[in-house]
Amino acid sequence: MELLLMFVKILVVVTIFMIHLLYVQYFERKVIGHMQARMGPMRVGWHGILQPVADALKLFFKEDIIPSQSDRPIFFVAPIIGVIAGVSTIAVIPLWKSFSIANLNIGILYILALSSIGSFSIILGGWASNSKYSFLGGLRSSAQVISYEISLGLSLVGVMMMAGSANLSDIVNAQANSWFLFPQLIAFFVFLVSAIAETNRVPFDLPEAETELVAGFATEYSGMRWALFFMAEYAGMFIMSSLAVVCFMGGWNGPELPLVGEYSGLLWFVLKVYGFIFFYFWIRATLPRYRYDQLMSLGWKIFIPLALLNVIVTGFLRVL
Amino acid sequence: MDMTEEISSLDTESKSGMSAKVLTINMGPQHPATHGVLRLVLDLDGETVVKCTPYVGYLHRGIEKLSEHRSYMQVLPLTDRLDYISSMTNNIGYCEAVEALFGIELPERTQYIRTIVSEMSRIVNHLLWLATHALDIGAMTVFLYCFREREKILDLFERLCGARLTVTYPRIGGLKNDADKKWLEDVYEFTNEFPGRVEEYETLIDKNRIWLRRTKGIGVISAEEAINWGLSGPTLRGSGVPYDIRKYRPYGVYDKVNWEVVTGKNGDVYDRYRVRMEEFRQSNSIIRQCIDQIPEGPIMADAPKFTLPPKDKVLSDMEHLIHQFVLVTKGPQTAPDGEIYVATEVPKGELGFYIVSDGTGKPYRMRIRAPSFVHVAALPKLCEGGLVADVIANIGSVDIVLGECDR
Repeated sequence: MELLLMFVKILVVVTIFMIHLLYVQYFERKVIGHMQARMGPMRVGWHGILQPVADALKLFFKEDIIPSQSDRPIFFVAPIIGVIAGVSTIAVIPLWKSFSIANLNIGILYILALSSIGSFSIILGGWASNSKYSFLGGLRSSAQVISYEISLGLSLVGVMMMAGSANLSDIVNAQANSWFLFPQLIAFFVFLVSAIAETNRVPFDLPEAETELVAGFATEYSGMRWALFFMAEYAGMFIMSSLAVVCFMGGWNGPELPLVGEYSGLLWFVLKVYGFIFFYFWIRATLPRYRYDQLMSLGWKIFIPLALLNVIVTGFLRVL
Repeated sequence: MDMTEEISSLDTESKSGMSAKVLTINMGPQHPATHGVLRLVLDLDGETVVKCTPYVGYLHRGIEKLSEHRSYMQVLPLTDRLDYISSMTNNIGYCEAVEALFGIELPERTQYIRTIVSEMSRIVNHLLWLATHALDIGAMTVFLYCFREREKILDLFERLCGARLTVTYPRIGGLKNDADKKWLEDVYEFTNEFPGRVEEYETLIDKNRIWLRRTKGIGVISAEEAINWGLSGPTLRGSGVPYDIRKYRPYGVYDKVNWEVVTGKNGDVYDRYRVRMEEFRQSNSIIRQCIDQIPEGPIMADAPKFTLPPKDKVLSDMEHLIHQFVLVTKGPQTAPDGEIYVATEVPKGELGFYIVSDGTGKPYRMRIRAPSFVHVAALPKLCEGGLVADVIANIGSVDIVLGECDR
């Protein structure tokens, strides 16, 4: 019985998450469209509401092209790794009042580990394509992941110290009265930037830098395989947003709202996460792209020392 | 993988016996950021560009050769296809050259209108340049903002002459048709709002730290080197050389309006960007002054070799009918003997037409001095030693169009 309940839980959450993945790109196109003095998708359905469905159908029916010189097994596996790592991360996110598929004691570590595995998909995809542009994209990605993984992890150490736990539900419960955002402001800043770099979004979208490397690691991918990379990127965005909400902005905590009653916690969580996703889009519409070496020096010379400093200061304050 | 096995003279071998090999990548002719079918072969050491070799000719259509088989008037539409982003200035450059060969004096109104449309064309070109340059560096929003204003000018072009991109609006000895009062008023209205728009673009990127880090100190070329490489236009002025043909050999009415030659200082990508941003304002002010000063009058010069006779005379008089018939079917049959080189300042630099005439109604040889061709040649100078990302910034900053480069 418990197993069945678990299965139903997984099914519901993953289905909703898949719909989210489908529609978050519609959301992005609309948001960026209006920021850029245009309308975004308007043709398929009312205000283009069916555009994601049309896109998904198109991608399903596209020819599956595999370069003849590619390393076929790795070429097959790479996008799948990405999307599995992205989607399975959602298991530990406490969506509402300790409701998560798996309430792990090492939730943060689990997320960090899986997001590192996710970047393997990019590295392997870039390598397996046997194209120089893909190869450069893969190399950039590995360098970027190594640099920003560290600052991302370090920025969360402060939070773990304050909550005294790596369990995400405990972290949210520890923020019942005040968010960690204010005592951990530096960590929050480091986390925000590292999360953008971790998910390969503008201004750190170097692995796929369209105007330099054509499409970077995804140059040789098309159709559904490419769509899996795409899904992995957007899943990563959701995960990083919810991690930010859980660790710094009080998770589901918030005043009770009229009409929804006890479900207001869930609503608060969703609102906060979408606020972050909106922030991602906003950044994309605003900023130019960093150069590879500038990205690296930013990571190693600024963010890692800042995050370390934050850990030390938090430690001192805890001891006092 | 095959890519590691390529052998090049640039490969190095260290004492430990490990060898570092350069990675040769082929950027273009199909690439999102090479502004057309430019092909660059890059030798990379990591991400550093060791060697950059441009290959051109993918858009060669033989415009110079085609011109030798056409009457002077028939060459005009070909010049649209040189720099298809600002075809108006190419048309005018060609017409200036032929008019100089035939010794045609233009009416004043024609010169004013030509100056107005040249500067509008310059704005269109710089808008497209800014849009794609910013997009190359990753700022996507600038792209769409620029296209908004570009659309307005193209609409104005359409109202003036019926075409948006390949306009063929000027004629040798004049213009296709006059600009009506309403059109001039609408252009004036556009110039009222345009400086505000330029400020808007600047707020998007001008103070952005990422933008500054991507453009300042990148692709530096000193004034002396820039002259030696034969650069012209904003690319030369970005290095601090105040050379502008509109000032030094004024054509049109550039000597009758107040404007300044904008120059940069450091000769990097950022300065070239600044020069073009200021040229928006200069062009805008030139257009306004021209509309304020424009006199009434005829638009075609008294040039029987190119100007059609009045319609009522054609219908009533045999000589005029023959004249019209010959002009329309064959074009002018004779031309002054000799050679002529006339250069004009198009948005991208110095566009020169060198025409050799053997006395017949067709050019014996027409050579086009295209700024893009010269600028492509300077790319290795700008790119080598930089990173792959800088190559993109450099291609954008010299502002090339391959239609003109390959001809």
